[in-house]
Amino acid sequence: MSHPRHRLMGYVREEIMPHRFCVGCGCGTVLNAFVNAVEGIGLDPTKMVCVSGIGCSAWIPSPYFKADTLHTTHGRPIAFASGVKVMRPDLKVVVIAGDGDIAGIGGNHLIHAARRNIDLSVFMVNNMIYGMTGGQAAPTTPVGVKTTTTPHRNVEPPFRVADLVAAAGASYVARWTTYHVFPLMESMQNAMLKRGFSFIEIVSQCPENYGRRIGLRTGTDFLHRFKEQAIRIDKTRGMSEEELENRIIIGKLCDRDRPEYVTELHKITQEQTDIIEKETAG
Amino acid sequence: MAIDEKRSRYIELMGGKTYFMLGDQACAYGAIFAGCDFFAGYPITPASEVAELIARELPKAGGYCVQMEDELASMAAIVGASWTGGRTMTATSGPGFSLMQENIGYAVMTETPCVIVNVQRSGPSTGQATKPAQGDVMQARWGTHGDHNIIALAPNSAQECFDLMFACFDLADVYRTPVIFLMDGEIGHIRERLTMPALSLISHASRKLAAPGEDVFGGEELVPGIVHYGEGYNVHVTGSTHLDNGMRDVTSQHVHDKLVRRIYRKIDDNREDIIKVEPDIDTNGKARVGVISYGATSRPALGAVKQARAQGKNIDFLRLITIWPFARKQVEEFGKDLDIILVPEMNLGQLSREIERFVDCLVVSVPKIGGVPHTVDEIHYAVMEVV
Repeated sequence: MSHPRHRLMGYVREEIMPHRFCVGCGCGTVLNAFVNAVEGIGLDPTKMVCVSGIGCSAWIPSPYFKADTLHTTHGRPIAFASGVKVMRPDLKVVVIAGDGDIAGIGGNHLIHAARRNIDLSVFMVNNMIYGMTGGQAAPTTPVGVKTTTTPHRNVEPPFRVADLVAAAGASYVARWTTYHVFPLMESMQNAMLKRGFSFIEIVSQCPENYGRRIGLRTGTDFLHRFKEQAIRIDKTRGMSEEELENRIIIGKLCDRDRPEYVTELHKITQEQTDIIEKETAG
Repeated sequence: MAIDEKRSRYIELMGGKTYFMLGDQACAYGAIFAGCDFFAGYPITPASEVAELIARELPKAGGYCVQMEDELASMAAIVGASWTGGRTMTATSGPGFSLMQENIGYAVMTETPCVIVNVQRSGPSTGQATKPAQGDVMQARWGTHGDHNIIALAPNSAQECFDLMFACFDLADVYRTPVIFLMDGEIGHIRERLTMPALSLISHASRKLAAPGEDVFGGEELVPGIVHYGEGYNVHVTGSTHLDNGMRDVTSQHVHDKLVRRIYRKIDDNREDIIKVEPDIDTNGKARVGVISYGATSRPALGAVKQARAQGKNIDFLRLITIWPFARKQVEEFGKDLDIILVPEMNLGQLSREIERFVDCLVVSVPKIGGVPHTVDEIHYAVMEVV
């Protein structure tokens, strides 16, 4: 049976489709939202660089998104992306990677990039587990969950990554889930249009290596759970920590204008070369 | 490669003059003259002066200097920046060099041109943070995991810290590989005379660019042409084993074999183009004893050889400038008629083992650690012991 060609097929590396994500995985949804977001604001993929690290979510841009890509070492995509952006501020540099990459091994790069407010868009797919390696506990795994490396139960509280990034100084921070695809897509557009460091935590599902251990066997089980757990940030006012436990706060955490790192860095080079030009002309 | 207007102006202003400065600073100026566009680094003794000078001077030549949050990020940033077409560099010392190893391997596997300056200090671990050593010779060779080749050069003067930066960047671009500039704390912190060449004397090698439709990660040549970001190639860069077109294939034995052997061979097969040694012009051809040295140690070593010669002893001397790939042919030739080769190093005998592999005569390590370089007398004593 032949399927009609998807209208956005031109944005992906068609020759390697179908993709290899597991049945029910959230990565396909994120790819779909991302491609729609890119098309929606008319970004030219030849003027984009997509950077990712190691893990399932790192495959969303590389190999699937058709643009210049840099599939880096585990945890370091933001640092690699920073080098690209300093040299080519005209290119839209996007990092798509998982919670292990961005908030686990690469957490230091994340907070420093947010502090610098470098003009990168980072979309962190948070499936709350190390999925590719078989379901080990991540710094985002909820307390009490049994994983392959917390066989009795997880005793570490998870990072609230979006809050962390907002506190570190990013220009734009939001959190959505794979259930909220349209707001997610819109948020991706806003993030990519924002000048400065933009970050979206996308709470996503891994039925294969996480769901099976917490009783959520399918992707749709997760989506139902996300729908129940989600609470819009404007509705959380006055709510206590206890009331918000086990809730996923969705929406925009911050949207502000701060000096952008590469712009400021380029000003220095401009000033200094101007001085040299005057000196040599005289 | 044409030198752009901003950099030309800077070189015009600074070049053709003689200065007095630190080896670290000479290295930084050398990088700017050699066309470095982007520097990323993290402070560390005894390499911080490289970053400090680059931070001050590189923007004047039109480049960008960023201080990253650690050495992993610094190494990552120079690889990312290199794919935009710029010449990129970082500078560090032992502990930071250890942290960079994974991403150096990434640069090897993705064939990304870049330069890593390692001003070696006394280790292991924090060791003697402010003291010089030559303890990273083997780490430079084998620090990152997996089969690979590497290029590493070792200067022995402030002038060479400047001059060899041209070779570092040219080799990185021509062979699409990371190049390690293996300084040591002694040379980094030596303060001496340095002449910077005038603009008219400067040239830079170019990267070979892939023709449209040509594969970026394989093909007929040992070194494939490169493409740069933002030019519409949709280039797929990955540290995973990949096909000639860059797409991942991590399960086919023949794909990995072909890729890794080619990356290995592109340096192995071009040894004679890459390797620089300082020939011994004062040899009388009668020596049975030789001394091989490099970096800071080569200076007291040559002093000791001269002293012994003044006492009528026949001693041959060879200084290695290229440490990796190893100058096996030159060392083999050097050792042909000798009974014994002494190898003073500021480590417990690293390059001496490599020398042993390529000569038939006895190789004796003359080690010294503890952050104090060999004196001329110490090496002279060792030489006279064996003559």
